[in-house]
Amino acid sequence: MGLEEKLPSGFLLSTVEGLAGYMRKASIWPATFGLACCAIEMMAVGTPDYDIARFGMERFSATPRQADLMIVAGRVSQKMAPVVRQVYDQMPNPKWVISMGVCASSGGMFNNYAIVQGVDHIIPVDIYLPGCPPRPQMLLNAIIELHKQIETSPLGVNREAAARAAEEAALSATPTHQMKGLLA
Amino acid sequence: MADDSVSKDVRKASASGAPKKKSALSELFAPVAGFGVSFSTMFRKVATEEYPEKPRPTAPRFHGRHQLNRHPDGLEKCVGCELCAWACPADAILVEGADNDDTPGGAGRFSPGERYGRVYQINYLRCIFCGLCIEACPTRALTMTNFYELADNDRGKLIFTKDQLLAPLQEGMLPPPFPMADGMEERDYYQGKVTAATDSQRTYVDARDASEDAEAHAAAHDSDASGNVGAALPGEHDVVHATHPTAAATREGANP
Repeated sequence: MGLEEKLPSGFLLSTVEGLAGYMRKASIWPATFGLACCAIEMMAVGTPDYDIARFGMERFSATPRQADLMIVAGRVSQKMAPVVRQVYDQMPNPKWVISMGVCASSGGMFNNYAIVQGVDHIIPVDIYLPGCPPRPQMLLNAIIELHKQIETSPLGVNREAAARAAEEAALSATPTHQMKGLLA
Repeated sequence: MADDSVSKDVRKASASGAPKKKSALSELFAPVAGFGVSFSTMFRKVATEEYPEKPRPTAPRFHGRHQLNRHPDGLEKCVGCELCAWACPADAILVEGADNDDTPGGAGRFSPGERYGRVYQINYLRCIFCGLCIEACPTRALTMTNFYELADNDRGKLIFTKDQLLAPLQEGMLPPPFPMADGMEERDYYQGKVTAATDSQRTYVDARDASEDAEAHAAAHDSDASGNVGAALPGEHDVVHATHPTAAATREGANP
């Protein structure tokens, strides 16, 4: 992306990491992406009553090309799935995803052929937010959790190392379908 | 333009009889008069809820996170009947009951009745907080709290196991398993005749803890398969997901 990706590992990179994380978390622009009833609560967060602008998220971007955060608010139907993916792909890096509500997170009560059983089948999700729909405070809580995650996210070579470690961990982990016992 | 002003003048003249003359002062403030609303709003009370710092209280019957309640002596109220799981429209609840065992050397007694909920899990990424499980519960074992800050970065972490759902031990309560209060039977618990743990229960729990400590010293790495699975050990998922990566680290573009 930028120069911060080319820095050598060391105190310079960690300083830039801290600074970039601090800046990034305070100026996230969400994409307007309401799919169902959760979108109503998402809109409520934009009203003066809850005032999402307090978190530097004043502007709900009308185009994914100017957005950093995708709040998937509502159930994702199979027909909508390619659209969700396309909107996600159109967002520039770095980008984050909040899966708002149980339907987006796991299909919720719609365990049927029409609904994608969790939007993480299509796009990587950073924060899962339960609730049906989640109240505005819950969404704000999810945003604060995301801020914590962004603030500590690695950059450049550190990010590469983290991604490698994550991939190795994912490859060595027991697949869900092989899990035995009560939590399988 | 000229036509417009003429027609306006004509209309005004027809409405009020004669064209009104505006004062010099109102002419001067005309361009900023619209800001009057904004200006007066500055002195109004702010409607915004300062959420993370000063959250407003929820409604008293808000449907939040669940809680598995206990009897006044610490025994669990859940009898493992699975009615909550059957009532759940989203299939978010998993219950596996087991028999209470009062025989010496057995798995122990966790609830006053015949059976108890050995495994209890609620998947908060399925739960829609409708409260049908609470309505279905015959012993008021399952209730809802006002807690709602549940967001997390992992699907596995949002499956809450019994140890997370059980109410904390209050004053006068003991950690199960232990026998029922002396001379009491199941119905006495529901009639409110048990108010706190008795001395004999206390001595039983102390003896149990002492023998467990001795056993733990004898066989440090022995895996115990019996007893209250969900409550005794952290769930397999808790352990697995503690070491799992987040989506942020595995995302596309993280590996340029």
